Amino acid sequence: MSLQVMMGQLAEGMFITVQIFVLTLLFSLPLGLLVCFGRMSKNILLRGIAKIYISVMRGTPLMLQLLVVYFGPYYIFKIGITSSYRAYAVIIAFAINYAAYFAEIYRGGIESMPKGQYEAAKVLGYTKGQTFFKIIFPQVIKRILPSVTNEVITLVKDTSLAFSIAYVEMFTTAKAIAASQKSMVPLIAAGIFYYVFNFVVAAVMELWEKKLGYYS
Amino acid sequence: MNLLEMNHVKKSFDDNTVLKNISFSVKEGEVVSIIGPSGSGKSTLLRCATLLETMDDGDLYYVGEAAAKSEHGRAVYAPGAELKKISRRFGLVFQNFNLFPHYSVLKNVMDAPIHVQKRDKEEVRREAEELLSKMGLKDRAGYYPCQLSGGQQQRVSIARALAMKPKILFFDEPTSALDPELTGEILKVITQLAKEKMTMVIVTHEMHFAKDVSDRMIFMDQGVIVEETTPEALFASENRRTREFLGKYHVTGV
Repeated sequence: MSLQVMMGQLAEGMFITVQIFVLTLLFSLPLGLLVCFGRMSKNILLRGIAKIYISVMRGTPLMLQLLVVYFGPYYIFKIGITSSYRAYAVIIAFAINYAAYFAEIYRGGIESMPKGQYEAAKVLGYTKGQTFFKIIFPQVIKRILPSVTNEVITLVKDTSLAFSIAYVEMFTTAKAIAASQKSMVPLIAAGIFYYVFNFVVAAVMELWEKKLGYYS
Repeated sequence: MNLLEMNHVKKSFDDNTVLKNISFSVKEGEVVSIIGPSGSGKSTLLRCATLLETMDDGDLYYVGEAAAKSEHGRAVYAPGAELKKISRRFGLVFQNFNLFPHYSVLKNVMDAPIHVQKRDKEEVRREAEELLSKMGLKDRAGYYPCQLSGGQQQRVSIARALAMKPKILFFDEPTSALDPELTGEILKVITQLAKEKMTMVIVTHEMHFAKDVSDRMIFMDQGVIVEETTPEALFASENRRTREFLGKYHVTGV
C-alpha cells in the first residue's frame, strides 16, 4: 500500500472523528445545561433523577455505555440493529456521557456566582429567564472555560472509543492499516493527528478565554 | 400619601428575631437615614422593603398599593405580576455595588430600562448619558466596572438605579466598601439628589453625613426602632442607648 493511499484512508477516518467530536459537543453542551437545571431544581424528584443520571454516567466506563447504547435495543427489545444505527449510537452515547460532566461543570460555575448579581437583577426587575441568560450565564461561561477545555480535550481522545463498536473513525482505520501493512506509520500518523487536533482545540479555547478577559 | 409604609414588620432567621414589630413610613421628597449598630436589623429592614427578603408578618405599601398585608399574623404577599409592578416604584443601591461586570458602564445603566421597562432605546441612551455626566462619569461610558475605582462603580450603580426612574431610592450602606476619600464622592452625589428632592432611605454609618442630609433619622437597635426624630433632636437625645451608640462616633451634642 502506498503512503498516499494510506493517508487517504486515514483522512477519511479523521473526517469521521471530527464529526463525532462536533456532534457530541453540539448535543452534550445544551443537554448538560438541562441536566444541570434538573440537578439544581427545587423539585426533589427532578433533582434525584439528575443526580442518579450523573452518578451512573460518571461511574461507569464510556466504552461500556457505548456497548449498551449500541446493543441495548437488540438485547432488550429485540429490535434489529441497522448499520446506520452505529453512527447514531456513537453520538448518543458520547452526548449523554459528556452531558453529565458538563452538567457538573455548569453547576460549579453557577454556584460560584455571587448572590449580589441575582439581587441586583431582581431589584431592577429582570425576569428569571433574563437574569439567567443575560446576567448569570455569560459570566458562568467565563468562569468554567478552563474546565470545559479539559473536557473537550478529553473528548478528542475519547472519540477513539468508538472503535469498541467497530465504528470506522480515525483510530479504527489506523489500527486496521497498521495490522494489514505491519507498519507503525499509521499509528504515528494517528498520534500526530490527535495531537494537532488538540493543539488547535486548546489554542481556540485560549483565544476565547482571552476574548472574555475584558472584564474580571 | 406616604410613598412607603411599613407596619408591624416582623422577621426572624431561624431562632434569631431580627425585626420586632417595626413600623415606619416615608413621604415624597423626604430623606430618611437609618443608623444603628451592626446586627440591629437595619439592612434586613431595607431588604424587606425592597422585596429581597420576605417579612414573616407586617404590611408593606408603596403609594397606597399593598405589596404585602398582614393576615392572621402572617405577611401575605401580592401575586407576582402585582409585585413586579410595585417594584418599579423603588431602586436599591448596594453596599458592594453589584454592577454587571460583563457589561460596559453605559450598558449597565441602559439595559434594564430597555429590556425590563421596554422603553425606547434612543431615549434611554440620552437619559443614561445625562445621568452618567451628572455622576461625573461622562468619559467612562465605554469602560467596564473592573476598570473603575470603587467610588466610580458606586456612582454607576446609582445611575443604574436612577435610570429606572424610581419614586424612592434605598441605599444599603453605600460607602461601607469605600475608603474615606471615595466615600466623599458618593456622599456628594447623594446630597445633590437630596437637593433635587429625591425620596431616599439611607442605611449608613456616616453620622455627620446623615445629620446633614436627613429630614428624619431612625436609630435602630436589636430589631426595634429606639428613636425616630429630626437629626438635631436625635443627636441631642437623652436616651441612654442612643447616647451610647452616638458616643462611639463622637458626635453627641454636635
